[in-house]
Parts: sequence; C-alpha cells; structure tokens
Amino acid sequence: MVIKTEPFILNIGPQHPSTHGVFRMRVTLDGEVVVDIEPVIGYLHRGIEKMGENRTYTQIIPLTDRLDYLASMTNNFAYVLAVEKLAGIKVPERAEYLRIIMAEAMRISSHLMAVGFFINDLGAMMTPVLYMWREREKLLDLFEMVCGQRLTYNYMRIGGVSQDIPEEFLPALKKFVAEMPGFIDEYDQLLLQNEVLLARTKGVGILPRDTAINTAASGPVLRASGVKWDLRKADPYSIYDRFDFDVPVGTVGDNYDRYWVRMQEMRQSVRILEQAIAQLPGGDVWAKVPQLLHPPVGEVYGHIESPRGELGFFLVSDNSIAPYRFHIRPPTLINLTALKDMVVGWKVADLIITFGSIDVVLGEIDR
Amino acid sequence: MTMLEQFRLWLGGHNWPDWAAYLVPGIVGIVLVLVFVVVLVIVFIWFERRLMGRFQIRLGPNRLGPEGIFQPLASAAKLLMKEDIVPAKADKVIHWLAPVIVFVPVLLIFAVVPLGQRAILTDLNVGIVYVVAVSAVSAVGIYAAGWASNNKYALIAALRTVAQMVSYELPVVLAIVGVVLMAGSLSMTQIVESQSIPYLVLQPLGFVIFFLGTVAEMNRSPFDLLEADSEIVAGYHIEYSGMKFAMFYLGEYGHALAYSCIITTLFLAGWQGPFLPPIIWFLIKVFAVFSVIVWMRATLPRLRVDQLMTFAWKGLLPMAIINLFIIAAEMLWLPEINLWILVATNIVFAGVLVLLWSRLFSLGGGRVEV
Repeated sequence: MVIKTEPFILNIGPQHPSTHGVFRMRVTLDGEVVVDIEPVIGYLHRGIEKMGENRTYTQIIPLTDRLDYLASMTNNFAYVLAVEKLAGIKVPERAEYLRIIMAEAMRISSHLMAVGFFINDLGAMMTPVLYMWREREKLLDLFEMVCGQRLTYNYMRIGGVSQDIPEEFLPALKKFVAEMPGFIDEYDQLLLQNEVLLARTKGVGILPRDTAINTAASGPVLRASGVKWDLRKADPYSIYDRFDFDVPVGTVGDNYDRYWVRMQEMRQSVRILEQAIAQLPGGDVWAKVPQLLHPPVGEVYGHIESPRGELGFFLVSDNSIAPYRFHIRPPTLINLTALKDMVVGWKVADLIITFGSIDVVLGEIDR
Repeated sequence: MTMLEQFRLWLGGHNWPDWAAYLVPGIVGIVLVLVFVVVLVIVFIWFERRLMGRFQIRLGPNRLGPEGIFQPLASAAKLLMKEDIVPAKADKVIHWLAPVIVFVPVLLIFAVVPLGQRAILTDLNVGIVYVVAVSAVSAVGIYAAGWASNNKYALIAALRTVAQMVSYELPVVLAIVGVVLMAGSLSMTQIVESQSIPYLVLQPLGFVIFFLGTVAEMNRSPFDLLEADSEIVAGYHIEYSGMKFAMFYLGEYGHALAYSCIITTLFLAGWQGPFLPPIIWFLIKVFAVFSVIVWMRATLPRLRVDQLMTFAWKGLLPMAIINLFIIAAEMLWLPEINLWILVATNIVFAGVLVLLWSRLFSLGGGRVEV
C-alpha cells in the first residue's frame, strides 16, 4: 500500500515566543526535520530610511534608536560617526571616551540579552535570562543617569554627546566593571558544564567558514565560524586603536561557538571599559557644531562593530539640511540570510535555537 | 484492614442495610480523596510558583492572601470565566473529551496511594500494576487533544506525546519490578511496610531511573517537549481556553502530585518515619520530591526530540535491565543477607554504572540528510 503524503508546512511567527519580534518563517517539515525554510519579513517596516530623507541630520538620531532597540547607543554612535565623516567634524577627547564607554556597556547589555534568550529558546524556563537581566538592569540604570532614558537613548550628538555624565555615574560604572567578571564566571558555572546545553548546541547549526564569508556575515556569527574580523581592529574607528583587547574567535561555527564568542566578548568589553575609565580626560563633551548642518556634496559610508555585526550608514549629501539618501546596512538582516544553510536537516527545536543564536532584532531588519 | 473497611463494618454492625453500608463509606472516601487531591494541587501550584521565583531571584506571587497562597484560586476563577473557544475545524466531541481523559486517570491513581498505614481508599493487591495501567491512559487524552485541535503545533505535540510516553513507560515499569521483587508484593501498603531501609538507598539506580522516567511521563522540564513553549508554543493545549485549559493544567499538576506520591511510596518508605504522625511524614516526603522536580525545571534546558528517545532507549532502558538483573540475583542467591551490605553494593553498582554510561554514550547527533 502506498500512503499518500504531502509536505507539512508550518508557519512559525509572526506571533511566536521565539521569533524575537515579528519575524515569520514558513517552514516545510518532514516529520520534525526541517526540509525548507522561507523567511518572511516586513511586519515591522516603518520606512525609517525614507523618513530620514525628510529630516535634518540631527533629527535622524532618534530614528536610529528605533533600529536595533537592544543596542540604541551603538546605532547613535554609528550614525554620528558617519555624519562627522561626511562633514569633517572633530570630536572632543572626552566625548570620544564617553562614546566608547557607552558603546561597550551597550555591547555587554545586548550580549546579555542575546545569550539569555538563546538559552530561553533552549527551554530553560527564564532562569538564565532573569540572572542576566539583573546585570542588564544596572547598565540600564547607568544609561538612565546620563540621558534619562532606558531604551531609546538619543544620547550621541553630531560632534559629541548631548550632556556630560553626572558625578554618580563613574562610581556606579566602576562598581559594575569590578563585579561583572565574577558574574560572567557565575554564568559559565551555571551553563558551561550543563550536559543538556552542550548536547543541544555542540555541532548544531554549523555555519562553515566559507559560507559565512560568502554571505557577508559579520559580528559574533562570523567570528564563531573562525574568521578573525572585528571592525574595532580591522578598521579602527573613533579611538579604538588606543585600547588593548582581544578578538575571541570560535572554531566550528556551531551554536555553542556563537554562544561562547558572546560570553568572551563580554569579558573583552569589560577590559575596554576599565581602560576607558582610567584614561577618561576632562574637557568639553560637544564640539561647536552649527544647529543646521549643511555637509558638503558627497557620499560617505560609516561602519562600526555593533554587538550584532557590521552596522553601516550610507549617506549622500546634496548640501541641503537633510540627506539626499539615507541607507542602513543592518547586520542581522545580512546574518539572517545564512539561516537556511544552517538549519536544513535539523529538527524544529534546532531551527529555533539556531535562529536565536543569530540574535536578530526585527526593528533593524525591517527598518 | 483500611479505615474505610472498618467504617463499613461499623455501619453494618449498626443495622444499616448492606447497600448503604457499602455506598456511604465509598462516597465518603472518594470525597476525602478528591478534597485531598484538589487542595494539594492548589498548594503545589502555589509552591512551584513561589519556589521558581526564589530560583529566579524574584518573589513570585505574594499579593493574594498570606504569602500569595490564594493566587491559584484567583487563576482558577479567571479561567472559569473565560470564553470556551473551539476552533471551527476542530473535532468537537474529541476536543471536549480530551481534557477529561487527561484529568480522570490522574484522580484514579489516588485510589491506591497510602497516606498512612490504613489511610488508603482501597488496598488493591495489584496496586502498583493498577497505577501503571491507569497513568498510561493520560497519553491517549493528550494525543486526542493534539489531534482534535486541528492545529499543526498541536499535531506535532501529539506525535511527540506518543513517542515519549511509550518510550519512558518501559524503564519506569522495569524499575518498579525491582522494587516489587524486593518487597515481594504488588500492594502499595505492603511495599511501604517492607521498607525498613528506604529503597532510595537500597536501590539507588532504580530510584534514578524511576525518577527520570516519571519526570518524562509527567512532561516536565527537561522533558517537557509536549508543551515546549519556545518551539511549539504550548503544544497540545494551544487551542484550549477557559475551563478546558484549566483541566489540562490541573491534570499536569495532578500528575506531578500523583507521581510524587508514588515515588514517596515506592522509594522513600511512604508514611514511615519517627516522631511525627504518618500523614505529616508523607507530605514532607512528597514536597521534597516535588521540590527536586521544580529545581530541575528551573535549571535545565530542554532535550531535543531525538535526544529524548536516545536517552530513553540507550540510557535508561539498558540501565533498568541491568538494575533488574542485579536485584533479582541478590534476591535469588542472597535472600538472608544483611540489608546494609546490599545498600553498600548497590550504591557502588549505581555509581559505576551511571559513570560508565555518562562516559560511553552521548546525546549528540541529530542531523538528517534531506
């Protein structure tokens, strides 16, 4: 007897606990095995690129907060760097250091979320996430001190930062920097010896080195595949050449490596923070910049290493107060293109965690 | 003789007609067991939520009543008032029937759970066989729920149910056989009475197998693949709301309570213990078992479906067979030996085997060429 079968098509998302936003996957299943996957994006499209063309350069900064909402400071940073490159503006020393401090604190905060929710996707009932939120909360308090916001900061300005740090900021940051390595050790104790975690992540969802490079992946996803490529080292922007830190690199490119790379990057970020606090100079935090900027005609591409990869802003100026073209290179959209290569042949559960290990933010993908 | 039988004889002695002398103690006993189960399930729900809160550095529900003890009642009241939604293309009869099939067997288990020496609804001489038989029925209910919902997530959960329940039944039953061999009886009361040393220390390997197997049977983390919140959203009860969902919820915690009671009875010497009254000892042990289950839930990530099968067939089942051989050999050749010598040998056996197995076999693998 021949039993008539047909492929089992499952819609995962846009409303699903593990799609980290409003992402949708049309997954073709053979039993539990993933045969094909078709991502559907656009549920969070707000037209930020087009909106940017109708705003002045300063007014675009709050828009960038809404891209990668788990790393808003980094988005601000990338955008103002691009504009400064376009207009040729020199930033005061103190502002440079404050930017580095904010960017690295943001990286820790973002990685805490990424790792925590990755383990949540593995089915760990919120426990690791809640421990990681304990630390993230301290960072959010720090950000609240400097700019009054906890999610969308709008802190960086063209030519500096909007305001100097309050006096209680540095002691709180120093306390955090002193405690954080201990907390990372605590997570390692909780998670690295965990047999179930290792069985679920080791060798699962492998992204080979060549595929990673060919898909233009960046950030922890690329580095987990064994490519030592970090824009902070490869193309040092701002003042990253003054700091001493390592670039952790994975070996296989599986889910475990992506998890491990993020944990190590947190340690390196703490190192950068220590050095930045020690070297922090006094002085102004905002250069004299005209209120309405008219950058010279030209185009510029500014990119930085955001927690998720290479975040780039492409600006074309026609010497008016608004950019003629405003384009964003979101790291997770590019990283997401490798998803199909990573999950075909694995089970539904692996699809979920592999997707989680890419650490997508839909605000950035849909823009 | 159980307390209820004594009650029946007392009624008969006071010139009650036969049918009434049988009916009244039966109804009284059933009501008592129902009250016991429902109250304890509510306490369990509260207990788990508070304990999970502690594990997760938060407080847990603490508003309604002292320490939030009435929170489960509020949740139940909320669920009662919810609309009962049935999907348009669902199989309506089975969709209605499934929560009942899940919940009723859980209640039936309590008929043979001894809360004290004579405090048992009915002391069946095949008590443990009855428990195994009745608890297996729940799988049918879960499968029916997944199938009748006409939802793809629920269907995946239904298929996982069958695989999981059938696979873990075997090691669980084999571990029970070890206990039965040593106790020399299938009756729950006599199994408890035979434990001068709790079987937890006398058969540590059997305990580990039985414990892990039952955690899988009651679908709790790390074996909660049927619900798998992050993968298949809520699994089999994704299309259930209101009181039907509450039945599944009660069934889940009722299962946890039932298996905690069974573990207490089979391996922790049931009601036995010094100083305190038997029922207190029983409850202390039940809550200790449940705390471990909650601890596992708060700590461990979930296994994948093929790893779950590997664990059952390559991990637990061979170990259960070896355990059964060891116990049988000891009972056959050394029936008169001092039990403490057996304790020592069995602990060594368990340690060596668990160590060996954890080295020899891995859960990995999983990729399929498509």
